[in-house]
Amino acid sequence: MSEDIITLLKENVIQGRKTQDDEGIDEELTGPGVVELTQSALDHDISPAVIIKQGLTAGMQVVGEKFSTKEYFIPDMLASAEAVGAAMDILKPLLEASNVETKGKFAIVTVKGDIHDIGKNIVAILLKGAGYEVNDLGADVPTEKIVEIVREYKPDYLGLSALLTTTMVAMGEVIEALKENGLRDKVKVLIGGAAVSNEYAKEIGADAYCVDGFEAIRVLDACQEAKA
Amino acid sequence: MPREGILIDTPFERMTKEQVEKIHQASMEILIDPGLICFNQRATEMFNSNGAQVTPVSPSDHPCWLVKIPEKLVLDALDNAPKTVKLGARNPHNSLIMKGEEPRVFFITGSETNIWLDVEFPTYVKKSDPDTEIMVPEFKPRRGTVADLCQSAHVCEHLETLDGYIRTVNIQDKDITEDNKDVNKFFASLNNTTKHVMSGLTSLSQLDNVVNMAKLIVGGEEELKANPIISFITCLVKSPLQFVDDTTETFIEICRRALPIVVSSSPQAGSTAPIKEAGIMAQINAEVLAGITLSQLVNKGTPVIYGSVPVRARMDTLGDSYGAVETSQYNIDCVQMARFYKLPNYSTSGVCDTKTPGTQASVERLFSDILITLSGPQYLHCAYGLLDCNSVFCLLQAVLDDAHFQMIRFFLKPPRINETEIAETLKQIREVAATPQKLYISYIRRVMRSGELSAPYPFEGDGEADNVFALAYQKMQQLLSKPVEHIDQATTSKIFREIPGILPRLNVYEEGR
Repeated sequence: MSEDIITLLKENVIQGRKTQDDEGIDEELTGPGVVELTQSALDHDISPAVIIKQGLTAGMQVVGEKFSTKEYFIPDMLASAEAVGAAMDILKPLLEASNVETKGKFAIVTVKGDIHDIGKNIVAILLKGAGYEVNDLGADVPTEKIVEIVREYKPDYLGLSALLTTTMVAMGEVIEALKENGLRDKVKVLIGGAAVSNEYAKEIGADAYCVDGFEAIRVLDACQEAKA
Repeated sequence: MPREGILIDTPFERMTKEQVEKIHQASMEILIDPGLICFNQRATEMFNSNGAQVTPVSPSDHPCWLVKIPEKLVLDALDNAPKTVKLGARNPHNSLIMKGEEPRVFFITGSETNIWLDVEFPTYVKKSDPDTEIMVPEFKPRRGTVADLCQSAHVCEHLETLDGYIRTVNIQDKDITEDNKDVNKFFASLNNTTKHVMSGLTSLSQLDNVVNMAKLIVGGEEELKANPIISFITCLVKSPLQFVDDTTETFIEICRRALPIVVSSSPQAGSTAPIKEAGIMAQINAEVLAGITLSQLVNKGTPVIYGSVPVRARMDTLGDSYGAVETSQYNIDCVQMARFYKLPNYSTSGVCDTKTPGTQASVERLFSDILITLSGPQYLHCAYGLLDCNSVFCLLQAVLDDAHFQMIRFFLKPPRINETEIAETLKQIREVAATPQKLYISYIRRVMRSGELSAPYPFEGDGEADNVFALAYQKMQQLLSKPVEHIDQATTSKIFREIPGILPRLNVYEEGR
């Protein structure tokens, strides 16, 4: 029974069905989605570690393979990541109670003066689906507020997003403000958005430039591995 | 169910109704003054006995007559010509029903080229960085063969945007003669595609062999009438205004057998037709109408297609310039003229001036392909694979063209706006507006897999790499490796027994080799 639930959970991650109301790719797959199956797994005393490893992560691995062979596209990847993110919300209190750490804490924000948040939202969904604890601070966020969040929430990573050449300068301001407040070495800063580049990341002293959400996952996973 | 083609809701037209009528009137005047020179005696006699004014032209190297065709004769012929023409196919689902008043477009290959262009991909190493290698396509021209024709029909069978097949390459094998060329080109085409096959005829002596072959394939004379799997194209009027003897004779015999036939004219604005639009239009229309009139005098009710291949002259060589913008204008005008007469139209697009696949070829082809498709001709010779005007055929180019036509077909789908769509969309907008992320991405997937979204360009490389040719070549190889439905073994045996001249190597069942 437990194996059946985990198998079904993995399949629903692959299909990108967050809840029982969602359509997957295979129209014949109905019934409970990832949210319901995660709850059901817990009800059957399956440990969060098994749910994550054999259900959620195993499913996302297949999704990643299908994406790399162009069988899946970004909407498929996002649907699966969203489903995994919803499952992680259910598991989070249990993980905290048992002192199991997530892969890492990630705060993401579109900087002051910029209201464009599509890219930032997609990165947030993908990272959550990849097992990171994501705190999405929203768009057009003042530098002071970002500093405050870093101080209080203590993220391992801070993602700064900007679409416009006129607003990307705020990224440099954030990094300077972090330095002034003695927080720069507490958090790795990643930048992304149409206006910025690898060169710009170096220029303002960011730790990395990520061209998209997949690059962000690669960068964060590499940092995690380096930590380990 | 025949093939659907693409119905153009509101065809793009350049001429006003008044301009169309002016061209018609000018053509009527041309048919009387100066009239046409006719080098074919039977045609002259038919015109003469039906009220045309005929006078011998002398002195002349060949006997010929000046034929002045009165308007009434033309109008009677236009009345008698069928307004709907069916082109059948070995697979009846590939039949084409062409109605003169309905702008439903079918995409067909085109023309007979002498040269076949092979493609190879040699590797080049960067001198300053020997680790960097690139593969650059190399195009090698050679004379076309019957094996090439089989290959071309095979690939075109699998190109989904193609509705029919005009033999693409002139077969020039050593064992091909004037007397066996027709049976071999028709057999090679029919045996490798289940779509409609059209061709010109090289030798009138072979007409009955070709027709008998078609009868054997469909099961008899009545069956061929119901499902004409072959049709012919003839350029019986050479511009300006001359009925050619041998082609007119062939034309008469095809009309007598009541098989579908295209009356085509291909004047060149600047040399064999006036350079101005009004001039080439009045002349080409007169030439086509003269042919249509003859078709109905030979055999009332002959299924005839208004064929137009007008072209502008290049100013540097006085050769054809199919890539010239005016060439597209003339073609669209001709589509309008055919529609004015309620006859199905054979039109031309996609022919390009450039000699090899590449940027110029794509620009020239796509420009005319889009515009002429929008004008709504029924039978669009869209030059799959043709290069260097009509001189070269390249299978790789045909595969590239298929990608263009997939885009055009998608673009011409009707708008998807109705009560259900609006209701569903409003629900989505309200749902998304209530979420923090405000993204519609989760609704994409069903649409993405339903075929409602256009596909990306199929030969897009990774990153900045331009791998278009290499990827198209891969696709070409895939298509060649897919089987085609050949004519069955019993019928093939019958054809080889009863139709003389077909090369034994074309028998896929290896009988008689």
